[in-house]
Amino acid sequence: MTSPHEQKKRKINGSVVVTANRLGDGAVVYRTADDHWTTDLAAAAVVAAPAAAALLARAEADGVRAVGPYIAPVELAPGDRVLPGNLRERIRLDGPTFALPGVV
Amino acid sequence: MYRYDEFDQALVEQRVSEFRDQVRRRLAGELTEDEFKILRLMNGVYLQLHAYMLRAAIPYGTLSSDQMRGLARVAQRYDRGYGHFTTRQNIQFNWIKLEEMPDTLADLASVGLHAMQTSGNCVRNITTDQWAGVAADEFEDPRIWAEILRQHSTLHPEFSFLPRKFKVAISAAAHDRAAVKVHDIGLRMVRDGAGEVGFEVIVGGGLGRTPFIGKTIKPFLHKRDFLSYIEAILRVYNQHGRRDNIYKARIKILVHELGAEKFAAEVENEWRAIKNGALALDPAVIAAVAARFSYPNYERLSDNPSALARARSEDRAFAAWFDSAVSNHRQPGYAIVTLSLKPIGGPPGDATAAQMDAIADLADRFSFGEIRVGHEQNLVLPHVAQRDLVELWQQLQMHELATPNVGLVSDIIACPGLDYCSLANARSIPVAQELTRRFRDPALARSIGRLHINISGCINACGHHHIGHIGILGVEKNGEEFYQITLGGRADEDAKLGTLLGPAVRYGEIADVIEDVVEAYVALRQRPEELFVDTVKRLGVEPFKERVYAAR
Ligand code: SF4
Repeated sequence: MTSPHEQKKRKINGSVVVTANRLGDGAVVYRTADDHWTTDLAAAAVVAAPAAAALLARAEADGVRAVGPYIAPVELAPGDRVLPGNLRERIRLDGPTFALPGVV
Repeated sequence: MYRYDEFDQALVEQRVSEFRDQVRRRLAGELTEDEFKILRLMNGVYLQLHAYMLRAAIPYGTLSSDQMRGLARVAQRYDRGYGHFTTRQNIQFNWIKLEEMPDTLADLASVGLHAMQTSGNCVRNITTDQWAGVAADEFEDPRIWAEILRQHSTLHPEFSFLPRKFKVAISAAAHDRAAVKVHDIGLRMVRDGAGEVGFEVIVGGGLGRTPFIGKTIKPFLHKRDFLSYIEAILRVYNQHGRRDNIYKARIKILVHELGAEKFAAEVENEWRAIKNGALALDPAVIAAVAARFSYPNYERLSDNPSALARARSEDRAFAAWFDSAVSNHRQPGYAIVTLSLKPIGGPPGDATAAQMDAIADLADRFSFGEIRVGHEQNLVLPHVAQRDLVELWQQLQMHELATPNVGLVSDIIACPGLDYCSLANARSIPVAQELTRRFRDPALARSIGRLHINISGCINACGHHHIGHIGILGVEKNGEEFYQITLGGRADEDAKLGTLLGPAVRYGEIADVIEDVVEAYVALRQRPEELFVDTVKRLGVEPFKERVYAAR
């Protein structure tokens, strides 16, 4: 819903992750606490918004494995489940919101 | 069909190997994203929400059956089995890996297709009437001119770094099917008092954040001056266009700020210096390009054969399809057939690899191996013998390509929106899908008549919402999807921007509101033949607004 550019402008409170697209195939990836990238949101480093800058800076320094890192909001659901924080991020994680052509 | 020469093929192949090396260096970390981004964009490669997207050009919307099979192969081999035809006669593949992009481009090159100038601040794919060369109301084939300009502008050093992207459309028929008035340059072939065919030159049209209908700066341009005059326009733009502000960089802003007259005078000035130089077109050059377009060897047939007449009167389903999808051909006994890529509940403009293969086979059987892509995101078989129409219709039904809704309310133009596009505010495709379900009854759709709904997921207006009879624009309010509605826009020779109906509505309400708008039209029209746009023109949006918002 909000482009990364606008997300940067808008102050994000609460819990966040750092996300990007994997260089080789464009897949959505999340930064882990040990400075890797994962496609599994549950394995992402979830930090409070003020601490995200450091995580983002390290992700930005890693320009080869992933492209265009930015801070995205997440929601914490019961049982420590991590969910995308807005529709745009939900679509990035789950794909388009309709059945793709040719898929029955 | 147009036959490319060896020069084109060599150029395309050279570009693929150059890009292969650039991708290799990027993957190896030798190029940064900033360095690489401009290179990938020059090859039509974008990064969307969840994957890379490749946009390949379909010059003037003409494809051979072999090229269509090539697209099917790409969809199957490198993508998820489908492709999306766009409002600019391009095709987009949504899921291609960067690692496989060079192979994809090589496959496209093997059938004479490429992705050059589908992105970046250059002259983009030049679009025309999808009925070029076959329309009954055409002066002459506009693709010849699109091709002359394509050759001139491809990799033209002076025009590879314009202030902003540059879109040209050419139409050569009385009825404009190429939306020329909303392009940076729109060219309409016209006949002057002496019977000579030339061009009306329209500049500064465009949609996006600041929409404008183009202004005519030259009512009649002789053919010999076609290139020199366009070159003069591009030079004036290159010199005076704003490079300091991306939102003010398109030629439409320059034309608006200078005023059309002053802009025309600048062009005239520039043109005088080059008019009689190397760019003056020799009739032999025009003839040589024209000679590379081949036309089918039509049979001598007569119109409306008896079997067709019988099917139209006896089979209501066939008649409904015929009325929406079949148009007059300039050759007696033939027809132009539009294949709807707008199945009820489907994403507008998408075709699966299986459909592409089927269309290629049907084109071979029924349309001399030729296919067209139109800006409404449908495909066309341009040369079908009328005696074959019933059989073609039966075949199309088997592949879900015979939805009888061409030009009707469920023939919706929609951009990819938030389901794919990283610039989007809101979703477009699911809105279109829901609307097609609301208007799925063919009898209802027919009783509503011609009505174009256009949907964009953000102000960039790839879904041409400003010029939809009903335009829907996705906006964001506090993190939620909202939609603005405009009425009365149109894309044809009477092009007009729509008027805002009222406050934006939520995702969950948009289909209801559009249904109310259509109901209001049915109640307000003077007679069933009065088209939606004409009712809006006669009454303005107020009576619609009253009815639609009163209930809410
Ligand atoms: S109109 Fe906006 S959302 Fe739609 S494809 Fe264009 S940029 Fe993306």
